[in-house]
Amino acid sequence: MRESLIIRIHYATALAAVALVAVHVLIRVTQGFAESLEYESVVANYRFLPYAGLLEIILILLSVHGFNGLRVILLELRQGRRYERAVTLACVAAAVAVIAYGSRTIILMNMGAV
Amino acid sequence: MAAVAPPTDGARRSVTLRIRRSNPAAGQGPSYSEFTVGAEPWTTVLDAILEAKRGHDHSVGVRYSCRQATCGSCGMMVNGRPRLACFTKLSELGDGAVTVEPMQNFPVVRDLVVGFDRLFRSHHSIRPYIVSGEADIAPGTRETPQSPEEVERYIQFAGCIKCGLCNSACPTMATDTQFIGPQSLAQAYRYVADTRDRGKDERLRIIDDSHGIWRCHYAGSCSKVCPKGVDPAMGIQLLKGHMLGFR
Amino acid sequence: MAREEDNRGGIRDMASPRRYGIERVAYWMMRLSGLGLLAYFVGHIYETSSILRGRAGWDELLAMTQTTEGHALLAVVIGMCVFHTANGIRLMLVQGGIWSGRPGRADYPYTPRSQNARNKIAIYSSIVLAAVAMVYGLTVMFGE
Ligand code: SF4
Repeated sequence: MRESLIIRIHYATALAAVALVAVHVLIRVTQGFAESLEYESVVANYRFLPYAGLLEIILILLSVHGFNGLRVILLELRQGRRYERAVTLACVAAAVAVIAYGSRTIILMNMGAV
Repeated sequence: MAAVAPPTDGARRSVTLRIRRSNPAAGQGPSYSEFTVGAEPWTTVLDAILEAKRGHDHSVGVRYSCRQATCGSCGMMVNGRPRLACFTKLSELGDGAVTVEPMQNFPVVRDLVVGFDRLFRSHHSIRPYIVSGEADIAPGTRETPQSPEEVERYIQFAGCIKCGLCNSACPTMATDTQFIGPQSLAQAYRYVADTRDRGKDERLRIIDDSHGIWRCHYAGSCSKVCPKGVDPAMGIQLLKGHMLGFR
Repeated sequence: MAREEDNRGGIRDMASPRRYGIERVAYWMMRLSGLGLLAYFVGHIYETSSILRGRAGWDELLAMTQTTEGHALLAVVIGMCVFHTANGIRLMLVQGGIWSGRPGRADYPYTPRSQNARNKIAIYSSIVLAAVAMVYGLTVMFGE
């Protein structure tokens, strides 16, 4: 993938995440910070499909943006074909793992596992 | 004829000049030599180094040529910041000792002399010349007119003297051995912005690499130290604008 | 003697915010806040998964985070988030060639036009906004 395409993805995920994280935070604050963190409230949030969807999208956006940022920093620290390949693969794998782990929480909670 | 008055004694002072010495090829590691040199208000760092060579130790290694910020040969770290020695007066540097070291992010050849191979290779890689099918002089060839506005788009970048100060100040250059560097990226913009040039697509392809233009994060240090007002950071951001389709 | 021949500034120079003005400080803060936010994000994904252990798991997590240290950490995260966002938007505008200044003839003493007042104001505003958000976050967290 060309770097100019990767940077476009980096910017797009950043802008989309800013908007969606703002909604996520506003919901917490408008509910009252402490109340919104109470068990019943959090479970209700997860069960509400649009909110669960919002969390899933934020999860994907921030994983892609964050691990690409880490990849860039690591690529600038050391060079070499094998190192650079390993860094790219490790960052993609880490992003996929975080998305999978976070999605598991969102999906199970939304389906009423608890 | 009236005689020109000599400088007043009060303006002359003594300055301690610390020069970092090393000779990697001979296995001699870094050390510092200290010299006391005389300084007038107009004495440059290069003058001081040459006085140290003349009066104290002729083996000090330094590269210079024009003495007027045109050849780009005498870049070095002066009190921890990349500067042209011929373009920096001792009087600008305050009262303390002046420390000169070889330019950071360039391999040391000896003492203050550094190797420019990487910079020239990067510069060459972006095709630093007008690419045009009409460049050959044939019967009927005419000059390509440009309006003053068209010239303004690139003229400041054409002032680059390849001194390398920008590459020395760049934080990415500090760790990335393959980064193309601010000097070459600014030159890529210089030709992309030139209405006579037809090499834009190829240049953009060359710099759209994993150690190309996107490894610049606009720390702006290159523009801070550029002695010719090239403002490489601006050229690089304008070039990114081209690549993202905003310009 | 490889390092001597090499003479690169290395990580120490890359990570140093000194010597080159506020733009270099912003570069350094952007990196640091990015790394901090990524660490928090991964931790947040992990900690919120404790809800799968039911009320007991969730309450245990809340007890851990709703401490003075937990609130202070979250305030730092808020600050990093606001700075990274505001400065990131500035960088997007500059890197799109929109806020990067207009080229023209260079006149001595060569003040770089890319480091214009708009950029400097945006950097300082990002820092102030981050500080305000941190204070607001602390009042919300400690006020309840
Ligand atoms: S852009 Fe400025 S600092 Fe960089 S090589 Fe050219 S003249 Fe020197």
